Amino acid sequence: MTRRQSRTIKVDTLARVEGEGALFIRMRGEQVTDVKLRIYEPPRLFEAFLRGRHYDEAPDITARICGICPIAYQMSAVHAIERALGLEIHPANRLLRRLFYCGEWIESHALHVYMLHAPDFLGYQDAIAMARDHRAVVEQGLRLKKIGNRIVTLMGGREIHPVSAAVGGFYKTPTKRQLRELVDDLQWALDASLATVRFAAGLEFPDFDQDYTFVALSHPDEYPFNEGRLVSSRGLDIGASEYEDHFAEKHVEHSNALHSTMKGGASYLVGPMARFNLNFDRLPPVAQEAAREAKLAVPCRNPFRSIVIRGVELVFACAEALRAIAEYEPPPEARVERPRRAGVGHAITEAPRGILYHRYEIDADGLIVSAKIVPPTSQNQKRIEEDLRAFAPTVVNASLEEATWRCEQAIRNYDPCISCATHFLKLEIERT
Amino acid sequence: MSAPDANGGSGRALSPSAPNDRGRPSAPKPKIGVFKFASCDGCQLSLLDAEDELLAITGAVDIAYFPEATRAVMKGPYDIGLVEGSITTRHDANRIQQIRRQCRTLVTIGACATAGGIQALRNWKDVDEFVRAVYATPQYISTLDLSTPIEQHVRVDFELRGCPINKHQLVELIAATLAGRKPNVPAYSVCLECKRRGNVCITVAKGVPCLGPVTHAGCGALCPSFDRGCYGCFGPMETPNTTALIARFRALGQPDDQTSRAFRGFNAWAWPFRKASDDAERT
Repeated sequence: MTRRQSRTIKVDTLARVEGEGALFIRMRGEQVTDVKLRIYEPPRLFEAFLRGRHYDEAPDITARICGICPIAYQMSAVHAIERALGLEIHPANRLLRRLFYCGEWIESHALHVYMLHAPDFLGYQDAIAMARDHRAVVEQGLRLKKIGNRIVTLMGGREIHPVSAAVGGFYKTPTKRQLRELVDDLQWALDASLATVRFAAGLEFPDFDQDYTFVALSHPDEYPFNEGRLVSSRGLDIGASEYEDHFAEKHVEHSNALHSTMKGGASYLVGPMARFNLNFDRLPPVAQEAAREAKLAVPCRNPFRSIVIRGVELVFACAEALRAIAEYEPPPEARVERPRRAGVGHAITEAPRGILYHRYEIDADGLIVSAKIVPPTSQNQKRIEEDLRAFAPTVVNASLEEATWRCEQAIRNYDPCISCATHFLKLEIERT
Repeated sequence: MSAPDANGGSGRALSPSAPNDRGRPSAPKPKIGVFKFASCDGCQLSLLDAEDELLAITGAVDIAYFPEATRAVMKGPYDIGLVEGSITTRHDANRIQQIRRQCRTLVTIGACATAGGIQALRNWKDVDEFVRAVYATPQYISTLDLSTPIEQHVRVDFELRGCPINKHQLVELIAATLAGRKPNVPAYSVCLECKRRGNVCITVAKGVPCLGPVTHAGCGALCPSFDRGCYGCFGPMETPNTTALIARFRALGQPDDQTSRAFRGFNAWAWPFRKASDDAERT
């Protein structure tokens, strides 16, 4: 195939992503004429059937949007509803929620780094084939993932759709002794995470710096999970309740997931690279040092290096989990009393893939009047298409098979979760 | 314990018995396909969450189709087809027919595939209104009025319950199918699991409404162990007495609309729960 011919890159089923999507790129010579990331995952209509359910059910129901990051859904749900009710949770529960989130980040990042993304860099179809040549690497990833899952299971009963998260705190909180049982594993995991950063930093990356608008939560003294202002690399600084004033969703024909943009139509990027660039100085010293050794620039603008940043966030999550366990004193009661009142509440938390926005309107009986959920992958979808537009010409001389694989890899930089992205929200109508 | 250095590469040799060693074709291994319909991906993730068993499983079988984990695709037929998710589009209703033809043994994994999932809540409502509530341009969206379980479309050889499934049951199911025996997956209620764990009954002791008496075992009585009532994520047990449970909830002072909602959860469209939710709503 010569470079002057027109060609089409088409992937009917994107692999190693969560959910069902397809990719379509049309090129004429080095000119990209069309890019579509098509999400055909069937719509499940969560916002519609949440209406009329009690707020206590929201964390369990919305968890089912995504089996990979259920805790993110539970956390955004409980925080939004607590704001609607005007509730303050006990500081011990705040700490426990950070620990819970650490478990999900470790499990999700280890899955992505080792099982979904590394095979692209090393030229394998999957981690199973990779294990034939790099068994120790894959086993290390699996063990790391298992330790993340162990935190979640200890605190919530099971790794997928855990059962302990509740509006007002938890249904049941762990004892200090139970949490201490995690310490040996987490110390191993911290070392393994540092090894993960070294491993990832040793991979080969294409030169592909892009001009992004990074968007992430930011908290004055901690790397963000559940709390903070929403900030961007271009000066945005808002509370969660202002989210819908600054971001909009658009329904495009080729996708069952809505595209989120800044108002005005510009794309933005959420997830590890945005968090890292906007919060580097709030990483613990061990994670900052690992990033420096890995020669990660701040800001990092090459999405292929997100695998290294996920490694740095693994270091953070292990260190943070150890800190939380060391500081933990059980709260006097697992869950604070919920007042009876109507209200509207918003929350943004940092899912492994980026910010997850929830808004609930609740009536005086505690029933949900309306709900809005904006998951990270829908926010990244437009940015992924723009990356592909810029990236496809760089692989124009490769065989179609190789070019296709590289474009898939560019999508997997985002660890897209298509199950999350498909379901969607009540919109202010925008017709084109 | 010291952390291995990930840069070390392949530190350990393959066990000599591992078939399909590179460059040395051996007898074909059984082929597993993992197929997804409307769902959250959690049940198929359970396979990757079996961290201790995963490499052993992939030594014993070929993962022939599993897009969440691999780019590689082996053509059917497949010895075992694991099906996640419910049928909600015309396209998917056709696709499951093709998959059934490709799979010697077809197993549904989880509440969506087995009972229609949480998305079956649309089955009580006007789906067009639902779509309009969620999407700006409803004409782009093609979806069926009902979310239905796989067995309403094709013959199913075995159903694994749960939202999500229990990964140990999944490993047992694969092992049993390969050995040609029936999987050891108990069909009694969550109550038995609670007794076995030594839990004090939260309904009796604390007056907390709990679906445990009518719910299929498999989770290990998680919710009662976390001081909350079972919410029925493994679906109805065989011949559940939902009428007695509704009466009991009423005696505890739970309003009927709340009881109806409790049955209308992740297994809402499973017949005994569907009927119970309608019964509670009507009274």
